[in-house]
Amino acid sequence: MLKFFPLVWATLWRKRTRTILTLLSVVVAFLLFGLLEAVNVAFSNGANAGDSHRLVVGGKYSFTEILPLAYLQRIRSIPGVQDVTHATWFGGVYQTESNFFPQFAVEADTYLTVYDNFRVDPAQKDAFIHTRTGALVGRSLAKRFGWKIGDKIPIQATIWPKVDGSNAWDFDIVGFIDPKNEAERAQTDVMLFHYDYFDEARQFGKSYVGWYIVKVAPAADPAVVAAAIDKEFANSPRETRTDSEQAFNKAFIKQMGDIEMIISSILGAVFFTLLFLTGNTMMQSVRDRIPELAVLKTLGFSDPAVLALVLAESLMLCLLAALIGLGLADLIMPALAARMPGLDMSPQVILGGCGIAVVLALIVGILPALRAMRLDIVNALAGH
Amino acid sequence: MASTLQQIGAVTMMNVRNVPARLGTSMVIVVGIAGVVGVLVALLSMARGFEATLASTGRPDRAIVLRGGSNDELSSVIFRNQATLVEQTPGIKLGADGQPLAVAEKYILTTATRAGSTEPNNLVVRGTELRVLQVRPEVKIIAGRMFTPGLKEAIVGRQAQGQFAHLDVGDKIAIRGGDWTIVGAFSSGGDVHESELWCDAETLMSAAKSPVFGSITAQLDSAQGFTAFKDALTTNPQLTMQAQREPEYYASRSQALNTLVTVLGYTVSVIMAIGAVFGALNTMYAAVSSRTVEIGTLRAIGFGSLPVVVSVMLEALILALAGGLLGAAVAYILFNGHSVSTLNMQTFSQVAFDFRVTPDLLWKGILWACIIGAIGGLFPAIRASRLPIVDALRSG
Repeated sequence: MLKFFPLVWATLWRKRTRTILTLLSVVVAFLLFGLLEAVNVAFSNGANAGDSHRLVVGGKYSFTEILPLAYLQRIRSIPGVQDVTHATWFGGVYQTESNFFPQFAVEADTYLTVYDNFRVDPAQKDAFIHTRTGALVGRSLAKRFGWKIGDKIPIQATIWPKVDGSNAWDFDIVGFIDPKNEAERAQTDVMLFHYDYFDEARQFGKSYVGWYIVKVAPAADPAVVAAAIDKEFANSPRETRTDSEQAFNKAFIKQMGDIEMIISSILGAVFFTLLFLTGNTMMQSVRDRIPELAVLKTLGFSDPAVLALVLAESLMLCLLAALIGLGLADLIMPALAARMPGLDMSPQVILGGCGIAVVLALIVGILPALRAMRLDIVNALAGH
Repeated sequence: MASTLQQIGAVTMMNVRNVPARLGTSMVIVVGIAGVVGVLVALLSMARGFEATLASTGRPDRAIVLRGGSNDELSSVIFRNQATLVEQTPGIKLGADGQPLAVAEKYILTTATRAGSTEPNNLVVRGTELRVLQVRPEVKIIAGRMFTPGLKEAIVGRQAQGQFAHLDVGDKIAIRGGDWTIVGAFSSGGDVHESELWCDAETLMSAAKSPVFGSITAQLDSAQGFTAFKDALTTNPQLTMQAQREPEYYASRSQALNTLVTVLGYTVSVIMAIGAVFGALNTMYAAVSSRTVEIGTLRAIGFGSLPVVVSVMLEALILALAGGLLGAAVAYILFNGHSVSTLNMQTFSQVAFDFRVTPDLLWKGILWACIIGAIGGLFPAIRASRLPIVDALRSG
């Protein structure tokens, strides 16, 4: 089979301009495929991310309700709860609103126990626990803003003024957060600081927290524990809604709308136009070569062999272009990922792209290939 | 000069009449460009619709007051005594009852689900007062009636009703402290309030156990009076408030999503356009090469090279224009008026809006089509004009 490679390769480049132009349009299509699919994968990773043994406890009516700090002890005493911690949304602005990143007021040691997928250098963790105004930041966030350990970061509060009415909060960077699993890097793009400091300094809302996060004991059933937590606070002034972290993330991403549908529609339009373009090239290529194909048949090439030769040409064109396009997407990706965390050219995107290239090649190749196969030698030779 | 024009006309007509014979190849340009224009127009119409919904909210002679430092109503906290002081600020128009035309409102989120789904969506609940109908006269009750103060009753915006399940008049929805009854539906000229639920502020504050407001919206004496109102408000030593004209506030809340969709739209379209240029070049090179003898003959009988160049360019442009019109038409038919709802990250709440395929977007799409066609026709046209006549005639 491999000995026919030079033949297929040579026929592919028979009309250099045409092949290069076709190749380039297919390259562009796969570049777009790579970029958009990476976005798609980032969203579906986000939706499926989360530890099934971690529960998020928020307000019954909305996640934006606040809950009493006193719930901490009550949740801790529920059977099946291994660890519990809490967080409060700070919603501050660093320099400008478009620099958005989440900031959470947390209980330092328990938060890092519950989020055991975060990695913090032990010395930095110790510094965090012992620095009242200290803050941990995700490493990629620190890189984005050029923060170093020891820097004092001014954050302008939008929700929580200090007791004196001022919105100016300062935090000291004492360490960086890395994910244990690199695929979860986007989750570490946060700033964590001390709830105690925050609660004492804020003007209102004291002794309330945003939400609780529960680590369920390995032997316990998360659904049972979640139901027990909600039951504990049922009919109280502040009822709760407990979801697994996975369900919570999924619901949040779903709220943005059907991103997968938008991306699939764009790619559908791209590949539909591509079918015309590549199909047309293959058709022309076969039409130009009718006498040559007839000669091949005269030399004893069987009908299926001629069919295979044309399909191989189509396959070579599409796969070559797909690999170049996906390669380009891979080159551009790091620059994009800096602005949109979580983007990555995963193997599933590359494999998916190659799969589509094969399908595309077969669809656009089949008609010309059938035409070549059915050539009548005498007529084809006489026609010229 | 006249003869050159005649030649151009003659050659172009000949080319165009010849298009059906090369239909397959010509369709590459038409379909390729239709794809680019369709995607461009569809994505930009989404950004346009979102922007229109937020930008059409509010009037320049109304102001929204938030706590100083807050970016939106959700994060703003205004205490009762502060709200009273704000409403006494000079510059607010007085109603027929002699009281200022202003409403202090509470802005919270509750959960709604889409039909056939159980996943929560952040639905805005705006606690307000009956005089809101005087402060926002664009609001019209289109079904049922207004809520009654003191009761757990709500009215629902037209768009929220369309996007989420169980929001018909008579339905019950858990807002805070149990179920509330939906007693009416309202429209407000397609603005962002149509994505909200409205109810009585006092009842909501007591049910939510949170006796603070989020914002105050005031009808000013005039749009010009805004600066004086703002100065009076911000120089009041008892208050730390900020005031914005309503349209400016709502437009600022659409920036992030708008930028995102616009950048996405142009990025995807530019990449697709590059692909379409290659496709157009391919088609036009093929068109020139299949007409080599014909071009040679024309040149031999005295046609200049300019008519040949122009005719190839015109053919490319006509095909591109057809593609542009097709793409714009498909985008218009499929998407214009299509309602969707998304989470506006800047307000953390669901905003419903309609795709708007506006005339300027259609023009933009057709302009793009012509640019792609012009580039795709240029190089093949130059090649056609440089064909040596003798070789061209011999190649047949």
